[in-house]
Amino acid sequence: MRVDVLYFAWLRERIGLPREEVETEARTPRELAAQLAAMDDWHRAALSDLGAVRVALDQTLSDWDAPLANAREVAFFPPMTGG
Amino acid sequence: MSVLVTGAPFDPAAELAAFGAPGGAGAVVSFSGVVRAEAGRVASLRIEHYPGMTETAITAFGDEAAARFSLSAWRVVHRHGQLAAGDPIMMVITAAPHRVDAFRAAEYLMDWLKSRAPFWKCEIGPDGEARWVDATAEDETALSRW
Repeated sequence: MRVDVLYFAWLRERIGLPREEVETEARTPRELAAQLAAMDDWHRAALSDLGAVRVALDQTLSDWDAPLANAREVAFFPPMTGG
Repeated sequence: MSVLVTGAPFDPAAELAAFGAPGGAGAVVSFSGVVRAEAGRVASLRIEHYPGMTETAITAFGDEAAARFSLSAWRVVHRHGQLAAGDPIMMVITAAPHRVDAFRAAEYLMDWLKSRAPFWKCEIGPDGEARWVDATAEDETALSRW
């Protein structure tokens, strides 16, 4: 399936892209992150330590091992710092 | 019951005046956050957000706060984009029949906004050097009390 993958803050800077369309067979966000990290050094630098990354499926925060199901938009970003 | 996520400066006093005391509220509590200069180490702040998710997430926090604390109304305003030291970053206003609920709801909303609304702060030093602000363990711990 094709998903829109979005990056924010230092992940966006390390990867050098705000979004990209990706063809994937991943079943979970963790599998998708592993596929992306294997693409090149920039993706690896952003996605190798998932303890420092959060993920949202269709704009809702998700666990790493939740089913990707039919999510259209997957976003990776650092822990939030609002307020 | 409203959210404003804006790239433009806002005036907390004008927001509070416009909010009024809806629904016959006996208590209105407001909190506004301001960009700290951090003893000259921060010249400006750039705030990135996730358009769409930001508004949805804040609305969910507000609805939850309204149910838990019997709010008659609430409003959250949050900046994104480029801010200078001293600029208002965000504001929470809550209205309830009684002050305890209005205070607690404002704290609840602040705690959730800090750690679960998709904003990311980047500090720009006087030399132009940019650094992303790290989330703190204290902010995460603050959520556990709710």
